[in-house]
Amino acid sequence: MAKLRMRQAIVAALADEMERDGSVIVFGEDVAAAGGPFKTSEGLLERFGRARVRDTPISETGFLGAGLGAAVTGLRPVVEIMFIEFLGVALDMLSTEAAKFRYLSGGKLSVPLVVRASAGSGLGFGAQHSQTLETWLYATPGLKLAVASGPRTAYGLLRAAVQDDNPVVVLEPRPLYGEREEVETGDAAVIPLGQANLCATGDDVTIVGLGQTVGTALRAAESAGWTADVIDLQTLLPWDRDTVFASVARTGRLVVVEESPRTGGWGTEIAAAVAGECFGDLTAPVTRITAPDVPVPFPPELEARYLPGPDYVRAQIDTLLDSGRLPVPWWETEGLGA
Amino acid sequence: MSPAAAPLEPDPMTLLPPERPVQLLDDEGALHEVDGFPLDLKDSDFRDLYRYMVLARRVDSEAINLQRQGQLGVYASLLGQEAAQVGGAYALAEQDWVFPSYREMGAALVRGVDPGSVLHLFRGTWLSNHDPIATRFGLLSIPIGTQALHATGYAMAAKFDGKDLVVMSYFGDGATSEGDPHEAMNFAAVYDAPVVFFVQNNQYAISVPLSKQTKAPTIAHKAVGYGMPGFRADGNDVLATYAVSRRAIDRARAGQGPSLIEAVTYRMEAHTTADDPTRYRTASELAEWKVRDPIARFETFLEREGLLDDAFRAEIDEEARGYATRMRAEVYDAPHGDPLELFEHVYVEPPERFDEQRALLRAELERRE
Repeated sequence: MAKLRMRQAIVAALADEMERDGSVIVFGEDVAAAGGPFKTSEGLLERFGRARVRDTPISETGFLGAGLGAAVTGLRPVVEIMFIEFLGVALDMLSTEAAKFRYLSGGKLSVPLVVRASAGSGLGFGAQHSQTLETWLYATPGLKLAVASGPRTAYGLLRAAVQDDNPVVVLEPRPLYGEREEVETGDAAVIPLGQANLCATGDDVTIVGLGQTVGTALRAAESAGWTADVIDLQTLLPWDRDTVFASVARTGRLVVVEESPRTGGWGTEIAAAVAGECFGDLTAPVTRITAPDVPVPFPPELEARYLPGPDYVRAQIDTLLDSGRLPVPWWETEGLGA
Repeated sequence: MSPAAAPLEPDPMTLLPPERPVQLLDDEGALHEVDGFPLDLKDSDFRDLYRYMVLARRVDSEAINLQRQGQLGVYASLLGQEAAQVGGAYALAEQDWVFPSYREMGAALVRGVDPGSVLHLFRGTWLSNHDPIATRFGLLSIPIGTQALHATGYAMAAKFDGKDLVVMSYFGDGATSEGDPHEAMNFAAVYDAPVVFFVQNNQYAISVPLSKQTKAPTIAHKAVGYGMPGFRADGNDVLATYAVSRRAIDRARAGQGPSLIEAVTYRMEAHTTADDPTRYRTASELAEWKVRDPIARFETFLEREGLLDDAFRAEIDEEARGYATRMRAEVYDAPHGDPLELFEHVYVEPPERFDEQRALLRAELERRE
């Protein structure tokens, strides 16, 4: 065990997979000589050489498409999209091509491609570099989608993604790159895709988080007058219905915490499934805590307010438990003051 | 060597550009005429070009200072690219448009854009403050190369409306690897759109050198595949970037369609204030380019011509200090993140729920005061 920052855990996962399997290659913009814009491939060029760690032209369609082609030959490319937003120009290669090759070939072709991308807000990157955009991807059969919530999950999920024979996207919340925690490395630390993690247990409510909202949920529960099951979904596609349903069956209440806009967020899927499948267990309305339907603001004060923080999440759950009614979001009731 | 012995024209049959860039000022600042690229500038123009370059450099270093002081989130320096930007923009007419990338402070100055207003974008006060319509200087495009398509669409629409205007789209060597500029060039050529694609080849895309960006002999060669001429200019020679732009703009204005300009230059600073160039380039390479400084070369020319005296230098210095003071004031004094603006500008007609939400927020803020 060692204390690692999330970016170091990502380097460790890549290095361990490259060591384990000579077919794993890494490429993308600025990943080789510069060690990655977020330092997530630091030292890989020196260790594994130019043939396996490559800087590419700025061409997302180019390197995703080439990654797909290389993956079909049996290589396991790990391609980095610097900011999830940049996937926009190359979405075709992922949603309509990589995710469909196996299906269209009647199972004769596999695409063991991994796409890593930074995602999310909290660093003052403005409207065009702060989105999570997992919803661009999660309605794509054929694709898997995992989201790291810290160093440990970044390591375990990335290793599982590289070992998977399907195209897998791993999103890395940008504000967590510098976060540190004890990380066990090695094969035992691989986190299977499709499994959620019950990070904390309690009786009153089930809180489901993804990426950086997992930490938010845990901090919210720390000093609350209630106790909660806090579930880190870890994989959004496919998501772990059993773990969530089992928890809701016990607590009777579901709260999903998202950092993205309210309309069309990933939590709608969880909420709809729980509302339908766990109807008889529910003792309170299914609740989503989200950001408002506006672009991510650049001013630091506004960005901080945009993101649901621990105090806000705690207060919303207080309201839910006290009133038994759906809490109203802050932008309809509160100011921005302290 | 006489100009006739080494024509710098693109070949009329193959459209292939000559590998040697058009250069009007040699390294010693001596002016040489080049066939096909005549200079139509007066002494006052020479002084203006100098003024804009010096102001651009001063504004640039002030912006870097402001970033170091924590006032800007990030900033992309133009150091070393003053001649490329200023020469190109100076050749435009009043009614023409610029679609810039995020590094175009020099072109912004030429278009009369107040640099302080642009810095809001990098500060996160509240979006960008400059008026694209009034200055005919588009939004700084943070995504790579997307503005080339916007420029093409704008130019096609202007042509449709019978307007006499040319659109200049700036982008970098790195952007030539993205699809957007290629689709833009093809489109513009097919429709004879009045666009000038102005590539500042500053040799790096963040850490990735030109050699890993393209295998083409020059970036100007890329024009050939789209059936338009590609020109190469010494990007550190403001008279060359001006004269080549003049030619491309005149062509576009005369209805002869788009062209591509490659200004060969060098980014003396980091990509932005967020990276460390010592990781990916050598000190000796930097030193080689330092002696080709665009401002120093043009100064030598002006001195030869007797156009640069202490009074003029002092005048520019005064103007530069004025800019710096105003930039600092703009950045330090700007209101920071009015909460009510959270719902602004998302839609033309705000949805009803936004009005309700804003009203509730306003009431709450007033209640707390």
